[in-house]
Amino acid sequence: MKSSVITFPGSNCDRDMDVALSKFGFKNKMVWHNDQELPKSDLIVLPGGFSYGDYLRCGSMASKSKIMHSVINFAKSGGLVMGICNGFQILVESGLVPGVLLRNKYLQFICKNVHVKVDNEENSFFKNLDKKVLEFHIAHNEGNYFCTSDQLKEIEDNNQIAIYYCDKNGNTNDQTNPNGSIKNIAGIFNKEKNVLGMMPHPERMIDESLSGEDGSIFFKNLLNNIK
Amino acid sequence: MLVNEKIAIEHGLKSDEYKKICKLLKRTPNITELGIFSAMWNEHCSYKSSRIHLKKLPTKGKKVIQGPGENAGVIDIEDSDAIVFKIESHNHPSFIEPYQGAATGVGGIMRDVFTMGARPIANLNSIHFGSPQNKKTKNLLRGVVHGIGGYGNCMGVPTVGGQTSFDSSYNGNILVNAMTLGLVKKNKIFYSKAAGLNKPVIYVGSKTGRDGIHGASMASASFDDKIEEKKPTVQVGDPFTEKLLLEACLELMAGDSIIAIQDMGAAGLTSSSIEMASKGNLGIEIDLSKVPCRESNMTPYEIMLSESQERMLIILENGKEDLAKKIFDKWNLDFAVIGKTTNTKNIELFFDQKQVAKIPVNTLVENSPMYDRKWKKSKLPKKIKHDRSKLKNLKIKETLKKILSSPNICSKEWIWEQYDHTVMGDTIQKPGGDSGVIRIHGTDKAVAATVDSSATYCWAHPLTGGKQVVCETWRNLISVGAKPIAITNCLNFGSPEKEENMGEFVECVQGIGEACKYLEYPVVSGNVSFYNQTKEIGIKPTPAIGGVGLIKDYKKMITMNFKGTGNQILVIGKTEGHIDQSLFARVILNEKNGPPPEVNLFNEKNNGETLLNLIDKNYVKSAHDVSLGGIITAISKMCIKGNKGVELKIPKFLINEIEYFFAEDQGRYIIEVSLEDLKNVTKILDKNSVHYDEIGKIIDKDLIINQKTKVTIDELKSYNTNWLKEYMN
Repeated sequence: MKSSVITFPGSNCDRDMDVALSKFGFKNKMVWHNDQELPKSDLIVLPGGFSYGDYLRCGSMASKSKIMHSVINFAKSGGLVMGICNGFQILVESGLVPGVLLRNKYLQFICKNVHVKVDNEENSFFKNLDKKVLEFHIAHNEGNYFCTSDQLKEIEDNNQIAIYYCDKNGNTNDQTNPNGSIKNIAGIFNKEKNVLGMMPHPERMIDESLSGEDGSIFFKNLLNNIK
Repeated sequence: MLVNEKIAIEHGLKSDEYKKICKLLKRTPNITELGIFSAMWNEHCSYKSSRIHLKKLPTKGKKVIQGPGENAGVIDIEDSDAIVFKIESHNHPSFIEPYQGAATGVGGIMRDVFTMGARPIANLNSIHFGSPQNKKTKNLLRGVVHGIGGYGNCMGVPTVGGQTSFDSSYNGNILVNAMTLGLVKKNKIFYSKAAGLNKPVIYVGSKTGRDGIHGASMASASFDDKIEEKKPTVQVGDPFTEKLLLEACLELMAGDSIIAIQDMGAAGLTSSSIEMASKGNLGIEIDLSKVPCRESNMTPYEIMLSESQERMLIILENGKEDLAKKIFDKWNLDFAVIGKTTNTKNIELFFDQKQVAKIPVNTLVENSPMYDRKWKKSKLPKKIKHDRSKLKNLKIKETLKKILSSPNICSKEWIWEQYDHTVMGDTIQKPGGDSGVIRIHGTDKAVAATVDSSATYCWAHPLTGGKQVVCETWRNLISVGAKPIAITNCLNFGSPEKEENMGEFVECVQGIGEACKYLEYPVVSGNVSFYNQTKEIGIKPTPAIGGVGLIKDYKKMITMNFKGTGNQILVIGKTEGHIDQSLFARVILNEKNGPPPEVNLFNEKNNGETLLNLIDKNYVKSAHDVSLGGIITAISKMCIKGNKGVELKIPKFLINEIEYFFAEDQGRYIIEVSLEDLKNVTKILDKNSVHYDEIGKIIDKDLIINQKTKVTIDELKSYNTNWLKEYMN
């Protein structure tokens, strides 16, 4: 399976994502933001970081980057696109997934392990996953997901919420909400569920010596799903 | 503008220094030249009060590739790999403007490291604030933490460790020391020594603005009432540009175009150009009209003294300009050929086709002032006679609660959760342990790094304190299973013009030197920050030491969380019951006097090396060094981290329980070993004449002492984790 990771100026999780995808058997290519064409890919990843310094608004300038035209077309034709952290912010800014990402509730950057509950299996990212609660890692300043009540209704009606922040038993409440996201939303799909944006970094959880191994479960499952 | 002595003094120069300049030049300098002299001759850049003493530090060793004198030190970590590392202060600007001061401190130290060709792989910091009751402390802490995170997080370099302390001596002068480690191939290290004639001098990075003018001079003076007026001397950081600069420089460094490279840090274009010329014994000619400027009508004086961030000066091989420009264009960075190397041994500056300065390089560097300042020797304070019966009456649980929740011991999670400590995917030990540990990407090796300081001990007796700090970093590295290799030091002191402060400096340096020499643990880089003083009040002497060590097989790394119920707990090293200058003495007895604990270098080395031997044989399940707060504090933290309890039976000693548990004798560790291994472990300890106490075993829950004191793990956690969170919210 072929994947491509886009490097924007200021991306800083691009290498980590490359390492993770390659580890689990993707043939990964790095793509420069100024390129026009995407290499032939089964999966496009927008990595974490601070694209264009996150000046103006997180992800807003990157969403206007040259390569994004191709990414948007790829997504619209049904290709799989995943945005992690800053990548999620870019997806939101480019309109590929609904809602916005505000500054964290306590106005602080948060870097820690969190649990997320998978609540949606009709998609290529999470289907067949035999674990419903995963331990992932977050590291962000603007991950506070917000949308209007009309949007929320639509999102819920279409079953677009991918993952929720929760405790290790899967309970979602204020105590398990690290950043103030509406409904504890940690990740969200587009209507067609071929585009996933999420704040947690599965690529930082791919080795027992690191923060944990639930990222490995996620990537192995993802590869199997799109094979 | 005509220059005279009065203007020179306004530039921070002394009257006799100005006379020396006139004599060296055989004329009166113009204003640009005076600015250059003042920038090169201030304390921050010239080390004029410290040089004579720093020379005494041991800087050589089998693993040392580059010692002090370059942008950073370099050590060999075997195979083809080397680690570049350094610590630097950004104290003065951080007090004036905490966010930008701290952010640019982090940016500056990372630039020092990648200037040498290394990709930064870890950041650490040592930050010190005034008393929590001081009205400025909270905002300064918040600003500094945001600044450190703001810069490091954006750069995508994990912040893996650090230290935070509170003491009223920092009320008027906080300390912000930032440390970076970078990874480089041994054959791809870049230096700042210029070589060859008529080689193009290239300016890359951000444009030059008016920010930070006289930053280095500001950092070479004490504060007074008008500190707000100094805000314009604080630089403004742009981590995004630095990230681009990092990637662009590393891309250029992959080829063979660069002869020398130097970042523009303190004193900007002035010190970078002069240092390169001086090291290469060459001259340098710069056309200042070609320097990319952010603001209009900047004068040569301003361009030379600006401390705008994210800039580099490079001397290229002839004919490589286009190739280099292409790379910097790709990363949207400024690139300008601004001059060339010459054989004149002068720095010659032109602006609008006119020569605006001409100074022999050696007058700025070799002829810079060097002072052997007067200093006062410290006496070892007399031991305090503590009232034993009073100590005996103290309840352990109550005492432990006060110690674990005191600002200098409590968990600093509120701080390090705001730093991205996992980006780059190689952080195998996060902040909160004895050292941060980073795997060398794609190998089985890992490096451990720690930063420590003990201002209280240094204040009580600088010589002992100096030794102690070095030993503490040594223990923190050993506790994670790393073999200590070398240190970097950030020497934060008051005014060198006061005999007491100068004495503290001289004797701390002596202590650091003695410990480094004995432990074969050389100093490879560092920085001195004097004048941490507001009016007449200076800080406690605070040398911060950053230690780096190697773990050959990262799977053998040790953490401090207790692992297995039934495992045995040993205290390595002897507990004499030294209470003076301990946290216990300050917090519980309100006693500030007495000598710091004695440092026995033989025991330090012997205990540490023996423990490394035990770790290598896989006998050690967890380990933690005993420092502030003594044995019981160390054990409590191991319980909290491992979510395990302990049952302790303290050995019968002459000293009482309280002294045994809270004393801060040096050279000690707590280790966990299995029952099966206990015999083999004690055999090795006995053979090496290492003192140890068997004090108990791990149980499922609760900390129990002599079957009478019981504290639950949840209680320990709440004592330890709540203070800082509540203070900040």
